[in-house]
Amino acid sequence: MNTRGLGLVLLASFLWPLISWGQVSFDRILRADQEPQNWLTYSGTTLSHRHSLLNQITAANVKNLELQWIYQARSLEKFEATALVVDGVMYTVQAPNDVIALDAATGRVFWIFSHAPEPWTKPCCGHVNRGLAILGDTLFMATIDAHLIAIDAKNGRPLWDTTVADAKSGYALTLAPLVVKDKVIVGTAGGDYGIRGFIAAYDVHTGKESWRFYAIPEPGDPGGSTWGGDSWQEGGGPVWITGSYDPALNLSYWGTGNPSPDYDGDSRPGDNLYTDSVVALDPDTGKLKWYYQFTPHDEFDWDSTQVPVLADLEWPEKDGHQKQRKVILWANRNGLFYVLDRTTGQFLLGKPFVKVNWTNGIDEQGRPMRVPGKTPSSEGTVIYPGNRGGTSWYSPSYSPRTGLFYVSTWDSYSSVFFKFPVKPGEDPRGGHRSLIPDDRLLPQHFRKDEEGYGAVRAIDPKTGETKWEFKMADVTDAGILTTASDLLFSGGRDGYFFALDARNGALLWKVAVGGVLASGPMTYAVRGKQYVAVAAGNCLFTFALR
Amino acid sequence: MRMWAVTVCTLVLAAGTLHAQETDLELGKGFFLARCAVCHGPDGNSVQGVDLGRGKFRRALSDDDMVQIIKTGIPNTAMPPIDISTRKAKYIVAYLRSMASSPATSGQGNTVRGKALFEGKGGCLSCHRVKDKGSRVGPDLTDVGAIRRSFELERSLLEPNAEVLLENRFVHVVTGDGVAITGRLLNHDAFTVQLIDSKERLLSFQKSSLKEFAFLDESQMPSYRGKLSPEELADLISYLVSLKGIETQ
Repeated sequence: MNTRGLGLVLLASFLWPLISWGQVSFDRILRADQEPQNWLTYSGTTLSHRHSLLNQITAANVKNLELQWIYQARSLEKFEATALVVDGVMYTVQAPNDVIALDAATGRVFWIFSHAPEPWTKPCCGHVNRGLAILGDTLFMATIDAHLIAIDAKNGRPLWDTTVADAKSGYALTLAPLVVKDKVIVGTAGGDYGIRGFIAAYDVHTGKESWRFYAIPEPGDPGGSTWGGDSWQEGGGPVWITGSYDPALNLSYWGTGNPSPDYDGDSRPGDNLYTDSVVALDPDTGKLKWYYQFTPHDEFDWDSTQVPVLADLEWPEKDGHQKQRKVILWANRNGLFYVLDRTTGQFLLGKPFVKVNWTNGIDEQGRPMRVPGKTPSSEGTVIYPGNRGGTSWYSPSYSPRTGLFYVSTWDSYSSVFFKFPVKPGEDPRGGHRSLIPDDRLLPQHFRKDEEGYGAVRAIDPKTGETKWEFKMADVTDAGILTTASDLLFSGGRDGYFFALDARNGALLWKVAVGGVLASGPMTYAVRGKQYVAVAAGNCLFTFALR
Repeated sequence: MRMWAVTVCTLVLAAGTLHAQETDLELGKGFFLARCAVCHGPDGNSVQGVDLGRGKFRRALSDDDMVQIIKTGIPNTAMPPIDISTRKAKYIVAYLRSMASSPATSGQGNTVRGKALFEGKGGCLSCHRVKDKGSRVGPDLTDVGAIRRSFELERSLLEPNAEVLLENRFVHVVTGDGVAITGRLLNHDAFTVQLIDSKERLLSFQKSSLKEFAFLDESQMPSYRGKLSPEELADLISYLVSLKGIETQ
């Protein structure tokens, strides 16, 4: 968008609330980048760049950012949600499953919808929620007890409530749903509890299930032979991060999680499709168009539950010419950065972006060349990256302006992986892992860099090379936002929220928010004023220029 | 009800020994609706053979017995133990005792005819909403039958000003440039006010920017006294009582 276009956007937002509201049509969602005063999906657009065309906050004035308001959650759970903003109203989730509508300019509450989850939920990693989807005047929330609930965006009242899966069997929903046309799509968490993970679509008006795609195929189906015996029945394959959608190809893309048991793969011989993969699904039918598996027969719990970033790049062909390619950019938990052709799933590039010792790279077919002996063992095996991966679910960003892919990384740390068979009543993961040093969430930090550190890395997607990095003392669970003024916002467990120059990684501004950033920053505008918001600790912080 | 915060009258309850201030009864009502009404219903008569609102129990009970049953349940029945403090259980008992003195409602109506009235002659959808139908300006009634008793619904229809819940208050504001807006209050604090207006917009204002800001003491709900026959009133109440919210599918 040019400067004039942005000016019109800001003028429109300035007139609010005197202009009438428009419903959030799917067409608006597809063109979300053209109304940057709003934030209409988990990652900003269905292409998931987490990049905004707003440019009021610049490298020159970012030092003038100041706190506008804080929303303190009535919850001690991690605050992992990315808020939505529609025409001056912010919608977010207070863990586990309270939906809150706020005045985006003041942080004052319009309404709260509370869903009390069933008491038997047993998520692996906290009663968390990562946000909402919206279509029309309806919000959609996936709940920790595996329900999908439609909520009236104007009054916070539930419209329908569908049970997606049985929470007693280990299923949970933690992701922000994705709306495609007249369907709302979710996936199931619970890969550490022997679920059979799936992605499913529901009619936005009725909540009736439209289709279901199992991440673990049955025997006889394509991919079913990659599981031994009955292991497929509890094969894992959770889907706990929001997918992306390409309207030109009419394909939705989803990252799938680890096979189960996590660390002892002896009971599930084979590649264990479609775990640790990206699957391209027809959003109308749920049919699989293609898949690519990042970590065949994973025994490290390296979920591929990352946000699929859809970009169009000039890519060198075999004849040396450059050709426009529709690609997916993917920094995987296994420590490698990938570029795939998103029309066909063809592997184009794979390169480590952190220290790895389990593979010698990727062969021409796109399969990792495993290092012998680098598997879990009864005496323990040291693996780089560690169990938490080179990155994880933390939202990356892609800036079409800089052409760089930005990702939060954990580097130079390892885990010792142990393997032992699953026994009834014992740890269902079949072994365990010990991070070196232990993975703590204390306000104090004691690691040396060689024991692991966090960094924002800017990767050139055409080469896989790191162009710059911004190091932190502690590791990071934060997502990344970039803007049209070449700013990058992120943070980490250090408890800082900061702005970098997206071109070179120079620190431009920082504020100590005290709590761990375990969410993705987002930006919006109200009445011509740009805001940047991020959740940290148990609070949502919002900043704007003074 | 609006003066309950300063009300100090003490009730001698009809069938028990507990004495309760009206604020205690409000607390008891809240606990009852949250923990008991899911099975017993807001009128306390949804379990066969039990009518808590009329003092009809399967066992003759003292207040202490009732507190005990709430906390421990009744073995081999559908009555489960409720994880609640004795203090809160006493509030519930006080509320149950007070229910017995509530006025009787109109006779049993026809729910289907009541729905037609609600959506037609009554004009209720012009302000109220049920599920995905109607206006959001007034209170949403999708689950009103689960949280309001039939006599309360009747009173609201005939005497709307007799009881206006805090969350159903309306305010009137005039913006700095002279735009007058009336809407249902959603929230306010020392500096700001949030409301939903007649166009169903969620609006937020700095109070300092307003020329006027005032609570509307009168309910925006018209009285239906004399506008509906007794049979129609019973039909309408029957329909409202049937509204129990959405069901999980």
